[in-house]
Amino acid sequence: MVRLPYFSALTTLFSYGLLFAFGQLRDFFRKILDWFKSKDLHGYAPICLGLEDFYTRRLYLRIQDCFNRPIASAPDSWIDVVERYSKDNNKTLHRTSKISKCLNLGSYNYLGFAAADEYCTPQVIESLKKYSPSTCSSRVDGGTTKLHVELEEVVARFVRKPAAIVLGMGYATNSAIIPVLMGKGCLIISDSLNHNSIVNGARGSGAAHLEEVLREQIADGQPRTHRPWKKIIVIVEGIYSMEGELCKLPEIIAVCKKYKAYTYLDEAHSIGAIGKSGRGVCELLGVDTADVDIMMGTFTKSFGSCGGYIAASKEIIQHLRNTCPAHFYATSMSPPAVQQVISAIKVVLGEDGSNRGAQKLSQIRENSNFFRSELSKMGFEVLGDNDSPVMPIMLYNPAKIPAFSRECLRCNVAVVTVAFPATPLLLARARICISASHTREDLIKALEVLSKVGDLVGIKYFPVEPQKDLADETQKKVE
Amino acid sequence: MASGVMNVTTAALDWLSAAFDAPLARAVVFGVHIDGHLVVEVLLIAVILFQLSRKSYKPPKKPLTEKEIDNLCEEWVPEPLCPPITKQIEAEAPILESAAGPHTVVDGKEVVNFASANYLGLVGHEKIVDSCIGSLEKYGVGACGPRGFYGTIDVHLDCEKKISNFLGTPDSVLYSYGMSTIFSVIPAFCKKGDIIVADEGVHWGVQNGLYLSRSTVVYFKHNDMASLESTLEKLTRGNKRAEKLRRYIVVESVYQNSGQVAPLDQIVRLKEKYHFRVILDESHSFGVLGKSGRGLAEHYGVPIEKIDIITAGMGNALATDGGFCTGSVRVVDHQRLSSSGYVFSASLPPFLASAAITAVDYLHENPSILETLKNNINILRKGLADVPGLEVTSSSLSPIVFLKLKKSKGSQNSDLQLLEKIVNRVLHEDSVFLVLSKRSALDKCRLPVGIRLFVSAGHSESDILKACESLKRVAALEIA
Repeated sequence: MVRLPYFSALTTLFSYGLLFAFGQLRDFFRKILDWFKSKDLHGYAPICLGLEDFYTRRLYLRIQDCFNRPIASAPDSWIDVVERYSKDNNKTLHRTSKISKCLNLGSYNYLGFAAADEYCTPQVIESLKKYSPSTCSSRVDGGTTKLHVELEEVVARFVRKPAAIVLGMGYATNSAIIPVLMGKGCLIISDSLNHNSIVNGARGSGAAHLEEVLREQIADGQPRTHRPWKKIIVIVEGIYSMEGELCKLPEIIAVCKKYKAYTYLDEAHSIGAIGKSGRGVCELLGVDTADVDIMMGTFTKSFGSCGGYIAASKEIIQHLRNTCPAHFYATSMSPPAVQQVISAIKVVLGEDGSNRGAQKLSQIRENSNFFRSELSKMGFEVLGDNDSPVMPIMLYNPAKIPAFSRECLRCNVAVVTVAFPATPLLLARARICISASHTREDLIKALEVLSKVGDLVGIKYFPVEPQKDLADETQKKVE
Repeated sequence: MASGVMNVTTAALDWLSAAFDAPLARAVVFGVHIDGHLVVEVLLIAVILFQLSRKSYKPPKKPLTEKEIDNLCEEWVPEPLCPPITKQIEAEAPILESAAGPHTVVDGKEVVNFASANYLGLVGHEKIVDSCIGSLEKYGVGACGPRGFYGTIDVHLDCEKKISNFLGTPDSVLYSYGMSTIFSVIPAFCKKGDIIVADEGVHWGVQNGLYLSRSTVVYFKHNDMASLESTLEKLTRGNKRAEKLRRYIVVESVYQNSGQVAPLDQIVRLKEKYHFRVILDESHSFGVLGKSGRGLAEHYGVPIEKIDIITAGMGNALATDGGFCTGSVRVVDHQRLSSSGYVFSASLPPFLASAAITAVDYLHENPSILETLKNNINILRKGLADVPGLEVTSSSLSPIVFLKLKKSKGSQNSDLQLLEKIVNRVLHEDSVFLVLSKRSALDKCRLPVGIRLFVSAGHSESDILKACESLKRVAALEIA
């Protein structure tokens, strides 16, 4: 967990306080000015209520050039960022035809399948010609092609579960599956850092705390009626996308087994990216997949496609096929995107007849660990665990968000800065996602730029130790 | 005897009052003569006050001991994660072996496909495939990130512009999944306390959106304007508070669940009368209705800006995937930060956005395709008019032709079984691929089930007649 330094907390609060005060002041004058304008909205409540919208109008719009930056290329290791300009103090942004080639530290392109690939792309184009981009039908009607069936088999085999079901959107995979499995009288225990697509729930990032929560809930039962819960499911993520941390899966599984709770593992960021053969957090931490009841993951990240899957026992998958609304009503996943996943998994498993998959996996591991250790050495406050390709750098102060992002872009490095609502208000951060397609030179350049910008913006919250040591040693030698 | 007792009591009382009075017999405090009963009263008051000041009795609360919790945990038996599958495992959906065009291959046999909402016949269209290939080579397949984090590719912006230019709206926003469009849009604008009036026949995506918004939802009778008006009247009459709340009417232009078309002109009249905003799902009318395919508003000649929020999935007429929402700049910008399906989901694969651009262009250049579609709908409706035991209940405008049993078998399940038999026979004996209006157990829609035929401009007249003949033959055998 992040431990917010006292001084940073104070300055951050002060900054937000100042922004809030000035925002309110501007709102006040805006109200007076609007008073004179005609009221054509008479009888309607405003579509965006004042306070709901306040954050957008007064804070976000000022720095909106740091987000939603359009690119004009594949989200590979180098991207063409389209330059934008604004004539009205960032309220609206206009695209220009100018582009700047930047190093991409933002996309979830963990295995480097984002760009055209020598093995995957020809197969994808082949399926596109055969199946066209869409089936215009849902899976239960006429939206199941041979490719969908093949992908479900391939995924089940890849994650080592008996069966799998594939949906067209990763986000909807969570939001459409959880209500099918859990109804009234069922308890969902969710990590407080889980992604928005998973319902926010109890805070339980540690297994010890999870045990406490489970004991209490089983003993107390449902609120008010005190009937026992029908079932309890614990939802965790393999890699927390905003923290870069790995979940403590073996401990969590042990606790869940002890208390007969079900486990739901969301591997949106970890599948394909970690583990010796890319099978995700279970493989990395040595957990038998039979112990995880439901394994969910997406194809948007490591496999460079779209959609998501649920892998579980045959009965559960059959139940989902009979009830999941996304399976019934949503247009099935686009066939070329399905093919991309099949081909990418084949590469990862080495079934394409080369060792590119293994190379990619060792490359991302090497890259991540090198980059993480270098960043820590420089004195950045980096979150997350080793082997995780996601590494957030803490920024805290609201003014540092645009400063960091703009300065990096000026040096042709595209980084992602994350602020509220994706993180708590005080814990703004920059997030770096390392890819297997980054070369060592790319990473060294990125580190140089980050270090320079880090000094400028003042986000090296920790002392720079190891390099000093080196300098001391050399001095001693000289003496 | 009695008088003896009386005597004793009076003597005792006398003695008692004398005993009380004795020390205070002549005590006068501030001019008040203090005698015995005053002392008793004061004592009484003191006792009452003492009792009042005490806490009421509560049994001592002991928290569960560790051991008790251990026992509870051991005793607790959870339900299985999914109910046992008792139902005969439903026949798996047919597996397609080629593109889902007007003709497709199922089980190695070529069939006429009425299962895909490929209204304009754009599945497998050369131009669209070409634009996709160009896009795939340039951008790869996925966008590898949400829109906020370098997942915005220039084709997304071009596609948004293309759609708003086509519809004549100020701005629009792309979603990566058709169904998630509506269930992200509704909660972005409707919060707890707001009022939503919705049609009872809306599809699951809308239902989910209404549920997620936590607003007060009131349903009106399916496509019944009188019911809508009375609902609106009830909600607003004399309700001063309602004026301060955001109020929405949520309707579909062509209802997936019934093939009915919403009378937009009346809805707009009611909306203006009662000051409601309209959220319209145009998934099955965008690219289908209106003279140039601009949807329901064009069909009714309603200015597009009268409809506050329009959403549509692109997995139908445009033959791609994903969805969009369009409206005023304010409506669109609000979603870019507050709509969960937009903010938290990876963006639409760029080749699907290219396909959408090409499809809109194609429609723009070839409006005659809409005439073909209309013609096909008419031929099919005419052909199905005398199918024994079944009746067409969809609107004559709708590209979804909905066939309902004239006489229900009693329950939805038995209806479905009968219809399923018909559909299976039609597929296996006559190679015509039809689908049922299957519903998930989570779906709250209670409209009657039926057979759905998605008409395409790509169907030839003989395809359609074949379907009609086959249905007539099989229905006569199965229902009669």
